[in-house]
Amino acid sequence: MTVTINGEQVEVATGTTLISYLKEKELPMEGLIIEYNGTIIYQDDWEKIEFIEGDKIEILTFVGGG
Amino acid sequence: MSFYPLLQKYKDFALIESLQKVTPQQVAAILRKDRLQAQDFLALLSPTASSFLEEMAQKANRLTIQHFGRTVQLYTPLYLSNLCVNRCLYCNFNHLNESINRRRLSPEEIEAEAKAIAHTGLKQVLLLTGDVPGQEPLQYLVKALDIVNKHFTSISIEINALSTDDYALLVNHGVDGLTIYQEVYDESTYEELHPKGPKRDYLWRLDAPERGCQAGMRRVNIGTLLGLHHWPTEVFFTGLHAQYLQDRYLDTEISISIPRIKAGPEGYQPQAPVSDRDLVQIILAFRLFMPRLGITLSTRESASLRDNLIPLGVTKLSSGVNTAVGGHIDEDAQDGQFTISDERSTEEISQMLIQQGYQPVFQDWHNL
Amino acid sequence: MDKLIIGDLEIRNRLFIGSGKFANEAIIKDIMAETGVEVVTVALRRVDLKNSQNNVLNHIPKETILMPNTSGARTAEEAVRIARLARASGCGNWIKIEVISDNKYLLPDNNETIKATEILSAEGFVVLPYMHPDLYAAKALEKAGAAAIMPLGAPIGTNRGLKTKEIIRILIEECTLPIIVDAGIGKPSEALEAMEMGAAAVLVNTAIATAGDPLLMAKAFSQAVQAGRQAFLAQPGQTVDYARASSPLTGFLQD
Ligand code: SF4
Repeated sequence: MTVTINGEQVEVATGTTLISYLKEKELPMEGLIIEYNGTIIYQDDWEKIEFIEGDKIEILTFVGGG
Repeated sequence: MSFYPLLQKYKDFALIESLQKVTPQQVAAILRKDRLQAQDFLALLSPTASSFLEEMAQKANRLTIQHFGRTVQLYTPLYLSNLCVNRCLYCNFNHLNESINRRRLSPEEIEAEAKAIAHTGLKQVLLLTGDVPGQEPLQYLVKALDIVNKHFTSISIEINALSTDDYALLVNHGVDGLTIYQEVYDESTYEELHPKGPKRDYLWRLDAPERGCQAGMRRVNIGTLLGLHHWPTEVFFTGLHAQYLQDRYLDTEISISIPRIKAGPEGYQPQAPVSDRDLVQIILAFRLFMPRLGITLSTRESASLRDNLIPLGVTKLSSGVNTAVGGHIDEDAQDGQFTISDERSTEEISQMLIQQGYQPVFQDWHNL
Repeated sequence: MDKLIIGDLEIRNRLFIGSGKFANEAIIKDIMAETGVEVVTVALRRVDLKNSQNNVLNHIPKETILMPNTSGARTAEEAVRIARLARASGCGNWIKIEVISDNKYLLPDNNETIKATEILSAEGFVVLPYMHPDLYAAKALEKAGAAAIMPLGAPIGTNRGLKTKEIIRILIEECTLPIIVDAGIGKPSEALEAMEMGAAAVLVNTAIATAGDPLLMAKAFSQAVQAGRQAFLAQPGQTVDYARASSPLTGFLQD
């Protein structure tokens, strides 16, 4: 199925969860911010999210800025 | 919003003690500062600062010219009515004073007074009445405004404290300035001097200037009657009040008056007299504390003193004054609100200003 | 002790730094250790899913006061969204509002900034709006619940110094909130000048990040900020022209 992650169409296997996706990408969990279909998801709830067709996910982090 | 909490904050503060503790070094340091804090203003009202009057005067003179140019605005009061329900012990219009004739100008008389004043070239007028609460006096005032409007470009009022809505009504009828003195900031003295009548409500009066700002007055003028109570603290509170308003209502021009009260009815005498020297110190402290503050000087002061005070920071003078109801049309009108000391005409005051290198300003703006 | 209080936090070092444009972000840690800087701005971006991650937080000590900015926002709405996301990171509730819709000069949009400030302060954020120095806008920001006001000294990244000095001076005089000069400061002497005038703090990024030796430059800024602050507190002496008093103004009082 197809979901949109950070603005790009991505193919993921059915049953992919947010946590499994982050692990697969080897993203450090510290300081990540997730917006799932326009709603902010706090870290405690990440494991509850299972992707479904058409989901829009934003994965954000802090970078240098002034 | 109210100035009261800020005023309360200083109540327990040992103001008189800190006035005594000011050192000459502190005053000298304050004179070198660009921006003064409230405590600096207080220090300039101290006995120690009174030996720095010339230094203060030089700086005040420079600041005044920088912010106002060499100009002085002229206006005159027009007394509409001396009917009053209050009993302010220091005022001739006091309800209990039976020695004066009570009267209120008719529309025709208002027209004639306005014409007589306008004839001298003045464009700014201050309408005064005593305090008679209710809708009828308000409607009377509205009618008076409609008459006076034709003759002047700027109309201020000095009447009893009103609500924001009533002020807004008057603004709609052409009022652009509100003058209202707290008379005395010290609450217990206030109670003593205002034994009866609606004016007894200290807070209602205290917040009236702010209601005026909110109602869209372009100019609000406040003050304390010098002589009613210990002047350094009274002046300090006036300054705080002016700053409070100036900080919050940038679209309103805030000014202060420095009326020295003299004898009143039934042998009333000011309890805390203010000398000429004190008066000079007061003007200078105001100017150094608030460089953009308008300072109004009335004809309660003598001609020679007024002439000398102008370079120190005064920005507005009354001229051709008669404090009696109908005084401009009736040579014999008597029973003024207070005795005036400078009886010069507008023409004479203008000449004096020009000689001192100042421009007399009759009209500040024209409302379109 | 002279402390700056913003939100509920006491701040001793009045130099705030931005973490952008460093050739090597690892130096931020050294800067903070050696200068005692306590407030650092960061930006929020999408994670790059194709390349390995570099999270700037790895280089910023835990006890730092983080001030995420809303860079990238062109409207109040976008700024609000970014602020909420930033808070979800759990890194505190400070937010620097930066709303810029002009790509040529990168000047902040005061109207949108005021709107965003109103919304976010109501949501409990400590809001520090970056603004174009303007008295009425500053007053509106005060009313909207800002915790400090951050006028620009010159357009972002220009290192041109305190071009807006006269207006900033007015803001310092007229506003009750701390004024933090943000953007434009290119040299320590300019930071000193801002502090001497009574600014509560300065925020410097480009001038430190792009210096030949960023650490040394950060130290220079920190000292300049301290010196300026002390000069402000000491109330500079001025030559008073008593001498001019050839005709005394108070002579009439002598009896
Ligand atoms: S001061 Fe005003 S309110 Fe008081 S008695 Fe005189 S006219 Fe009336």
